[in-house]
Amino acid sequence: MAFSKDVLALDLEAEATRIAGELRRIVAHECKRRGLVVALSGGIDSSCVAALAARALGPSKVFGVHMPERDSSDDTLRLSQSVSTTFGFDSTVEILTPILEGFGCYQRRDEAIRMVFPDFGPGWRSKIVLPGLAGGELNVYSVVVQKPDGTVDRQRLPLKAYLQIVAATNFKQRTRKTLEYYHADRLNYAVTGTPNRLEYDQGFYVKGGDGLADVKPIAHLYKTQVYAMARHLGVPADICDRAPTTDTYSLAQGQDEFYFSLPYPQMDLALWAKNHGVPPVEAAPVIGLTADQVERVYRDIDQKRATTRYLGLRAQLCGDVPEIKL
Amino acid sequence: MPQLDVVDVQRAVTGFIVDNFLFGNTAEAPAPTTSFMETGLIDSTGVLELVTFIEERYAIKVGDDELVPENLDSVANLAGFVVRKAGA
Repeated sequence: MAFSKDVLALDLEAEATRIAGELRRIVAHECKRRGLVVALSGGIDSSCVAALAARALGPSKVFGVHMPERDSSDDTLRLSQSVSTTFGFDSTVEILTPILEGFGCYQRRDEAIRMVFPDFGPGWRSKIVLPGLAGGELNVYSVVVQKPDGTVDRQRLPLKAYLQIVAATNFKQRTRKTLEYYHADRLNYAVTGTPNRLEYDQGFYVKGGDGLADVKPIAHLYKTQVYAMARHLGVPADICDRAPTTDTYSLAQGQDEFYFSLPYPQMDLALWAKNHGVPPVEAAPVIGLTADQVERVYRDIDQKRATTRYLGLRAQLCGDVPEIKL
Repeated sequence: MPQLDVVDVQRAVTGFIVDNFLFGNTAEAPAPTTSFMETGLIDSTGVLELVTFIEERYAIKVGDDELVPENLDSVANLAGFVVRKAGA
């Protein structure tokens, strides 16, 4: 197939039917569980997974968990609840903030930010960002802060601060997953993971957090396809029209500044083109980049695959146990 | 500070990599011109560790615009960068 934006077009009804069949098989025969838990963030991916789960098993076999915390945006809960209402399954709200306070999540993160901005405290907001595609710099994170007076400042993160900020914020994804498994164990259900293909391929998840699941129904779908599928399945328009965010840091943060070097429509096309051996010079005009930029994106894709490989690895053994087949 | 010798800096950087990334296995030490990124020896967190190492050891401050492969992506590139930077 010649490379064009149409390569991401899907027969949505046929694919939804196929995924639903796979979900029934996996939950019944691989997991031997009676239903599915879906953590709902109000974002496109978890909404699409919830819609597919409800279609596959029926709404009475799906349970939703809404888990906002202090740094979630104001409309997170309204959006995520609109999904459980639309598809007619039961759900519960778990407020994470006191649990995260118990872990010292916010305090440990803020202590790390103060290594760079000593005055950081109440009234400040923060996020961490990567350099964009233009500069040619290596992928080294910076912290961006907004002071109480509204002014914004940015500093490159030294190693210790960077690692501590990531380690502290990872409490969020891991706490969510602990609660998802609480409800799954209570109901004898399996747990869904909601990465799309970009996230799954590029390791954009926390090991033991959002990366942990019994089934990942949309890990093979490019983000563009997830949006199309969500619309096809009737996910509320507010969610389908919203730009993807991480909803993890207190300053608004697009996924493309946090992790991916391009907005998702371009990133999807670049990943498809790379996966299908399309030369950069041929891919460039379709993606809307120069051939040099496409080459950089291809290298960045390989680099992220190599860097994050460990996130997807099972625990490694130092000797064979041939009787156990996973 | 006296003029740094590029071979000494290469030796120090290689020693840091062997101790810190390879748990002392000198047999896997990278050749001076081996690309860290292409061989997967050092990832983006590793780059930050290397930057921290050279900043502390040679009392230099690496600017954001200097975080490019030409300065950091091999032992030889790193040593050349440190010598230029310390001499500036």
